[in-house]
Amino acid sequence: METVNDEKPRVILTEHKVVENFPQGPTVYDDHFDAKYFKKKLQIVVIRRNNTDMEFDLIGIQHFLANTFRRLMLSEVPTMAIDKVHVLNNTSIIQDEVLAHRLGLIPLKADPRLFQSVADVNEAPTEKNTLEFELKVKCSHNREISKKESSRAEDIYKNSNVYSKQIKWVPIGSQRSRFNESDVGPIHQDILIAKMRPGHELDLKLFATKSNGKDHAKFSPVATAFYRLLPDIKIVKPVEGEAAFRLQKCFSQGVISVRKENDRQYAVVNESHARYDTGCRNVFRYDDLKDSVVMSKIQDHFIFTIESVGALPPDAIFREALSVLKAKCSALLTELNV
Amino acid sequence: MDTLNQELFGEPCTYKQPVKEIEEKWKLVPAFLKIKGLVKQHIDSFNYFINVDIKKIVEANNYVTCDADPLFYIKYTNVYVGSPDVDEGFNISKLTTPHECRLRDMTYSAPITVDIEYSRGTQKVAKTGLLIGRMPIMLKSSNCVLSNKSEFELAKMHECPLDPGGYFVVKGQEKVILIQEQLSKNRMLVEEGKWGAQCQVASSTHDRKSPTIVFVKGNKYFLGHNMFTDPIPVSIIFKAMDFLSDLEICEVIGIPDIHQLTPTLEECHKLQIYTQEAAWNYLGTKMVAKRYVTSASSVRTPADDARDALATTILAHVPVEEYNFKSKAVYLGLMIKRVIQAQSDKQFLDDRDYYGNKRMELAGSLISLMFEDVFKRFNFDLKSIADKTIPKIRASQFDVIKYMRSELITSCLVFAISTGNWTIKRFKMERLGVTQVVSRLSYKAALGMMTRVNSQFESTRKVSGPRSLQPSQWGMLCPSDTPEGESCGLVKNLALMTHITTDINEYPIKRLVKNAGLQDISIVASKAIHSPAAYIVFLNGNILGVTTNYQNMISIFRLMRREGQISSYASIYVNFLHKCIYISSDGGRLCRPYIIVQKGQPLLNQSHMTELEKGIRSFADFLHDGECDNSLLIFEYKDTPLSYRIIEPSYVEKVLVSTNEQDTTLIKILLRQTRRPEVGDKFSSRHGQKGVVGLIVEQKDMPFNEDGICPNIVMNPHGYPSRMTVGKLLELLSGKAGTLEGKFHYGTAFGGSKVEDVGEELAKHGYSYQGKDVFYSGITGEPLEAYIYSGPVYYQKLKHMVQDKIHARARGPRAVLTRQPTEGRSRDGGLRFGEMERDCLIGYAASMMLVERLMVSSDQCDVDVCNKCGRLGYCGWCNSCKSSGQVSSIVMPYACKLLLTELQAMNISPRLTLSHYCQ
Ligand SMILES: [Zn+2]
Ligand SMILES: [Zn+2]
Repeated sequence: METVNDEKPRVILTEHKVVENFPQGPTVYDDHFDAKYFKKKLQIVVIRRNNTDMEFDLIGIQHFLANTFRRLMLSEVPTMAIDKVHVLNNTSIIQDEVLAHRLGLIPLKADPRLFQSVADVNEAPTEKNTLEFELKVKCSHNREISKKESSRAEDIYKNSNVYSKQIKWVPIGSQRSRFNESDVGPIHQDILIAKMRPGHELDLKLFATKSNGKDHAKFSPVATAFYRLLPDIKIVKPVEGEAAFRLQKCFSQGVISVRKENDRQYAVVNESHARYDTGCRNVFRYDDLKDSVVMSKIQDHFIFTIESVGALPPDAIFREALSVLKAKCSALLTELNV
Repeated sequence: MDTLNQELFGEPCTYKQPVKEIEEKWKLVPAFLKIKGLVKQHIDSFNYFINVDIKKIVEANNYVTCDADPLFYIKYTNVYVGSPDVDEGFNISKLTTPHECRLRDMTYSAPITVDIEYSRGTQKVAKTGLLIGRMPIMLKSSNCVLSNKSEFELAKMHECPLDPGGYFVVKGQEKVILIQEQLSKNRMLVEEGKWGAQCQVASSTHDRKSPTIVFVKGNKYFLGHNMFTDPIPVSIIFKAMDFLSDLEICEVIGIPDIHQLTPTLEECHKLQIYTQEAAWNYLGTKMVAKRYVTSASSVRTPADDARDALATTILAHVPVEEYNFKSKAVYLGLMIKRVIQAQSDKQFLDDRDYYGNKRMELAGSLISLMFEDVFKRFNFDLKSIADKTIPKIRASQFDVIKYMRSELITSCLVFAISTGNWTIKRFKMERLGVTQVVSRLSYKAALGMMTRVNSQFESTRKVSGPRSLQPSQWGMLCPSDTPEGESCGLVKNLALMTHITTDINEYPIKRLVKNAGLQDISIVASKAIHSPAAYIVFLNGNILGVTTNYQNMISIFRLMRREGQISSYASIYVNFLHKCIYISSDGGRLCRPYIIVQKGQPLLNQSHMTELEKGIRSFADFLHDGECDNSLLIFEYKDTPLSYRIIEPSYVEKVLVSTNEQDTTLIKILLRQTRRPEVGDKFSSRHGQKGVVGLIVEQKDMPFNEDGICPNIVMNPHGYPSRMTVGKLLELLSGKAGTLEGKFHYGTAFGGSKVEDVGEELAKHGYSYQGKDVFYSGITGEPLEAYIYSGPVYYQKLKHMVQDKIHARARGPRAVLTRQPTEGRSRDGGLRFGEMERDCLIGYAASMMLVERLMVSSDQCDVDVCNKCGRLGYCGWCNSCKSSGQVSSIVMPYACKLLLTELQAMNISPRLTLSHYCQ
């Protein structure tokens, strides 16, 4: 235990519970917040990033702040989603309200930053707050294929499956000049909306508005956003021979390597891979190994993962979350200064 | 013959050796169900009724005469049950389908027509196809339009191809006649009675049903029957049956120690009864007085009544021809013998809960009872009309068919099925709850109703015998499927392979047995019946005769049965204790298929099983939303369009406008609601771990693990220790390992994945082998102190939802009689302030609160009381004193005022004395 009592704040994964290494020490609430010091300490390292996913480390930050970012990304960063459906005709077997619910869950390509929230639900939609789409599909027999050739519904009927790609954008006012056809519409082309048979018909007008995850989960910009603490594994007693290989198996791949020196084989922690340990604590299955290793997590090192739904790139979502927080803070300050 | 015996019985010493198991024997079960189905019993029984039994009933009651005209008669020559149809008016009928009847609230029934021959004046007239009533038709029975139809044809009739049938559609409702479990009739049952051993027989014939009981009291043997006011010493009964000498009596009872009978025999000497006439006269004095006297019965003496009672009513199932009581005396003798044997040897006591002693009454036999009863009433009504009308002098001749109305039979059958009240007048039988509405909550629930068996024992009885599991239930009734609570063990379900027999013609069996070495009872001397070598042969509770080579008889019987010469459902067995062979061919017996074992080898072997798998042989050959959930609610409106108060907003799914049988307009509206789970809705995993939602948490507040997964449901771990639902722990663990590995785990109590192996699999994928992971609080953001046991568990939404239960009331409707608030949510009722709540207020001495709850907020009422006479007055006036001088107004609960006036109506005059509150 001595070796892990360095100045780093940690949580230690013991056999039955998670403990802090400085249980009596000052907590985050006792800390005097100093912006200069915070700036000095704060470090952001982007590990990987593409259009939808991003992993980055947030170092030197307290858990409540990290959690605030996570929560804001989940429920307060706005996006556009279909919120109103005018059913002009629906003769398919799926009920109107279920169909509307399914349409609402389709992720849309549309930069929410370019739109305003609808202030009054009863007001007529404007080009500034609403995107209009339409879905007109009619199922019929496919005359080109005889029943003998195939019995698959996809072959013998036309439009037996309704997909998200069939949703067509209807620009309002100056929207046609402001947006490209390719920038507006469903992100995924192959989301199955309904199944139909000859004679069934859908004629819908769809209205997408801007709102956030607090209102409905369909407005959340992320599939999920979460963090975990950086794992730090220390071998406190030398583990040699067969036990070294056993120890290796108790951790994720690459976390422990077995080094050969002369005739000795001993286990060492592969520092570069330790961050990918899953914290599975399977060493506690072996009585001889469980005291040889200490598994801990660094309390101010957050490994963030953002999985975007596609409307906004993940880094933009994080930035939006920051601006939501900023807006909240200034709103509070304004209220206090009155 | 000995080789045959060898083959069928084998060496007795090999009996205890285990028979080799046939591998994958269970595959026979689906093969069996393929050809039988689960509701075959109901359909078979109903088919037997409409094709065979109804003809027998009409034949047995085919002649109607009248007292007024000796020439008058009606004779039924044939009866038919047709195909289900509906009357379209103007005597035009068209075929109908069950679904049309369901939608239009009609009865799915077919006409019952008869061919008759009758006299009109002096003329003899024949008529065919005369409608006498309508018979509700069981779905998928032989007369149903659904029988033997392809899936396509069924779909065209709007019928589910998977629907098993076996129920009725009566007034638009689907009704099943539950299988009724009863003690078998016409069988001796020896039990421990009030005074010692007793032997009881519930005799039942087509028109009579009565129990006869032989018991020992002190050292004498008595016969009890509800025809007699007192128990009769059996010796007198024997004398009345022309068994006059004590020797004859002793021989027919046939016990080794005759002295046991001495006190009983002495009774005759005490009463000076030596002749048959004397016995009849004595019995005549003990007869229960008749309730009504007809002209015919006035010329009869009590002795005649006694003789007839003995011939027809006592042990009614034993036939007596021309007052030859021989077989009845033998039967009675055997009953006494059983009682005597049971007195000294408890082995002779029968078990009434044994399933061999039980019979199942199915739809067919129950409707048959009902039909026979109404048909008799129908004929009786015709007779009384003839009696009344023929003597009158009229212009036209009396034509009885004008009086044959179909309403009586139709309404009786429809009423019985729709209410479940089975009233059979001739048996003085009244049963409630025979039918139930088919539960359509799930397919399985509907199927389960068809296999349900209801016990006739009243559930108030505190004895455990009929409720507990009986070893003879094996293979016949499911050992685990029974409800909890008051009907536990009384309501049972048939096992998958159970068959319930219908009546089998006795005649071929009698002939076969006679040819297999039976000595007829009428020619056997009483002494020989009880000889050590003799085995008494019973057929359906009646003694047929005696055989000395029981093995031979059984071998021949079984051989002929397996050859298909007699019905495969006729059963035969030896009882070595009773020294009897019992043959049964009656309806309602529980049967199941067996694999024949000869010389310790099953005749069905592995090659048969592989053939079954390949489909070469069949069994016959061996014998020969996550977020949303839809729920459907049905409301009905009749002629008062939409004035019904709609409680909750819902969508109209379907509207049906039609007419019912009475041609009144019928509008049905199907409403639909899409519901989102809310606080108070009930959910359950498949381990009986049910519970209601206590809190709905946003995703951001939910704990999350290192993969960013947050749980859907957080369950309180206190649900485990007392309920011990280990299966759920295992489902979670192996479910988690299964998702990681992409495979299924088997997790029943009968085997499957072991926890160690599952843990190993989890560890392989970087999870804790215990299934417990690090979680972070969604609210503070810190890691939780405890590791959380998490994984996938299958949950179901249960139908109990707050939206259907939420209820509150301030003011509202009151009951008319008591003026107290109505009860129940459906009537917008109040919440009851009950006895226990009252006790609390008394405990607090909160008297004003009591007055407020029980009177002011309930049924407060201003009453005028006259202080002079103490009676109630009105409008400040006392009507008995003719004065308003002393009348004062007080408040009291209306229930109290009601009590006072009700007492007055009973000629009790309650008086009130008023005094001032402060005095
Ligand atoms: Zn079962
Ligand atoms: Zn008075």
